[in-house]
Amino acid sequence: MSVVIKVEQLSKAYQLGQISSGNLTQDIERWWKVARGKPDPFLKLGESNDRSTKGNSDMVWSLKNIDFEIEQGQAVGIIGKNGAGKSTLLKVLSQVTSPTMGQFKVKGRIASLLEVGTGFHPELTGRENIFLNGAILGMRKKEISSKFDEIVDFAGVERYIDTPVKRYSSGMYVRLAFAVAAHLESEILIVDEVLAVGDADFQKKCLGKMGSVSKNEGRTILFVSHNLASLMRLCQKGILLKNGEMASYDSIQEVVGQYAQNESEDGVFVRPNTEGDEVNILKVEVINSVGDRTNTFDFSEEIFLRFELEKLKIQKHSSIFVMILDASKRRIFPTETILNKEKETYTLKINRKFLTRGSYSIHVMTHIPNLRAIDELEDICRFTVVDNTSELSIHGGYDYGSVFGQSHWN
Amino acid sequence: MYQVNQSKDPSWDLVVSSKRDLFDFRIKEVWRYRDLLALLIRRDFVAFYKQTIFGPLWFFIQPIFTTVIYVFIFGKLAGISTDGIPMPLFYLVGITAWTYFSDCLIKTSTVFVDNAHIFGKVYFPRLVMPLSIVISNLVRLGVQFVLLALAMLYYGIQGVELGTSWYVLLIPFLVFLMAAQGLGLGIIVSSLTTKYRDLALLLKFGVQLLMYLTTVVYPLSSLNGTIKTIVAANPLTPLIEGMRLGLLGEGSFTFSDLAYVSGLTAFILLIGIVVFNRVERSFVDTI
Repeated sequence: MSVVIKVEQLSKAYQLGQISSGNLTQDIERWWKVARGKPDPFLKLGESNDRSTKGNSDMVWSLKNIDFEIEQGQAVGIIGKNGAGKSTLLKVLSQVTSPTMGQFKVKGRIASLLEVGTGFHPELTGRENIFLNGAILGMRKKEISSKFDEIVDFAGVERYIDTPVKRYSSGMYVRLAFAVAAHLESEILIVDEVLAVGDADFQKKCLGKMGSVSKNEGRTILFVSHNLASLMRLCQKGILLKNGEMASYDSIQEVVGQYAQNESEDGVFVRPNTEGDEVNILKVEVINSVGDRTNTFDFSEEIFLRFELEKLKIQKHSSIFVMILDASKRRIFPTETILNKEKETYTLKINRKFLTRGSYSIHVMTHIPNLRAIDELEDICRFTVVDNTSELSIHGGYDYGSVFGQSHWN
Repeated sequence: MYQVNQSKDPSWDLVVSSKRDLFDFRIKEVWRYRDLLALLIRRDFVAFYKQTIFGPLWFFIQPIFTTVIYVFIFGKLAGISTDGIPMPLFYLVGITAWTYFSDCLIKTSTVFVDNAHIFGKVYFPRLVMPLSIVISNLVRLGVQFVLLALAMLYYGIQGVELGTSWYVLLIPFLVFLMAAQGLGLGIIVSSLTTKYRDLALLLKFGVQLLMYLTTVVYPLSSLNGTIKTIVAANPLTPLIEGMRLGLLGEGSFTFSDLAYVSGLTAFILLIGIVVFNRVERSFVDTI
């Protein structure tokens, strides 16, 4: 497979605070230095984009020394917390803004979809907007004409095609906008979280379209989304960004796992204060069969979850309810046990060879069944299950579900 | 779908780096986006008269009323000479030409700020936007020339002798120069307004003053001394004088004026494109 995108030492700096205006002297000073080929005096190197700490320069690196290559036909997901540089990377790659340093090279035509319906004019009809929007996205007129019926059909707005789009419902508007974008004919497609539009049905349709684009048509896709489930379904590889730097570039399962792990403490949750009236979960730990606290398990190991409660606050008829969540926060299975006023520690054993490889977390609550919740903690204690030896491990990164289940072949 | 081969290394179709040649105009790329240019022009035109009763008739109403007012104020009250040309015709030529220039200038001067939402989301050669403004104004100018022709026909039937001359053939070129000046100045201002918004405010005021330094409401021949030198140095003056000479037979216009204006226009446009190309690369970060 040939490399179609090559990114080399790509960096992008942003200025913090007030930009220019009223600071003409600083502008002139900078301009004068740069004009003589000296480095920008206000651009200090080495400042990374960590929002929580106060830096000593007005410039931050939103992207720093990003290097990667993407092969033809691959769908690559870009993951990272808010502010990690995902959108900046997409903006630079789609040429909306230029890099501060470094460069990237592209083979084939590249089209970006940072927003749907860019340039839609409310006074123009659906038909006119399809052409205008298509042209803005880089299509030639005859290309749009040849796909026109397909676009209208995909959007399902045939009756309204000669009505100004300002009279469209917001759903119709978005569907039409996405339909235009989905029919772009470029070898490389850059997509921001535009799938967060429309109703569930339409989202599914969009995801399906994206998937077929990369799988059947051999096109390369770069995709940013917070929806880890759809990323895992669409992409084969993932790029994890952290404070503007590339933390890893690997198979999507691996990267999603790392991302999830990065976000949490290692396999333990300790309640910082228990002053609340009824709050009674004090500590949650993930431990292995030897009793050590850990956050990584082989699929053939038993996993123990230990819950420590405040004895005095345990109420009559209350129980503890635990759900295991997967990397995209979907609930996989529930389990529950009745609490005993005399007992403060409860341990749940998850059988070996039950969870498939991936990243998991815990959602736990204490409640009086069918009456009310007492204490609740969502998405704590992330842990990872690795699998290099099961029969299914030969399928690599393919998403085949979260539990091995119990079934028999005859 | 079109992306220019900007790469020197033939195995890559596109290379984007932090540095770009100052004189890399990427005119080829603009050409590849000509369909977009055409659609934007159409959009401007259609959006202008949708939901109006008179539609394209509005293109006539503004010059007619302005002419009536100028006839009254500058012609009747102030008694400024019109070189013996019927007042409405004299002013109509000036207004038609001036409106075109000032529309080009004012509308292109806000092109970055007005289109920030589009520019921030998708890439296409930014120059397409100001070009579409200049060209869609050209459509408007064409309609207004029809009005001018009707007015001339009316006066011709009335028996007024109009000295229409062969200079009339120069008009397309004069219009082109006017467009180039409006575009050049407009994109310089628009590039600077991405950082210093004051300029946009200054411009509106400046354009009004500039009109009085141009021979819109008076002929160049009515001036003397220093003021005449200043007005004659204004690159717009020979253009309007030239149009009057061609259409109405009166105007101070020579070919050396034409050479002067052409040179100056080329210079303004060059500076404009260089500045614009520099700013377009990262203005999204500052706007």
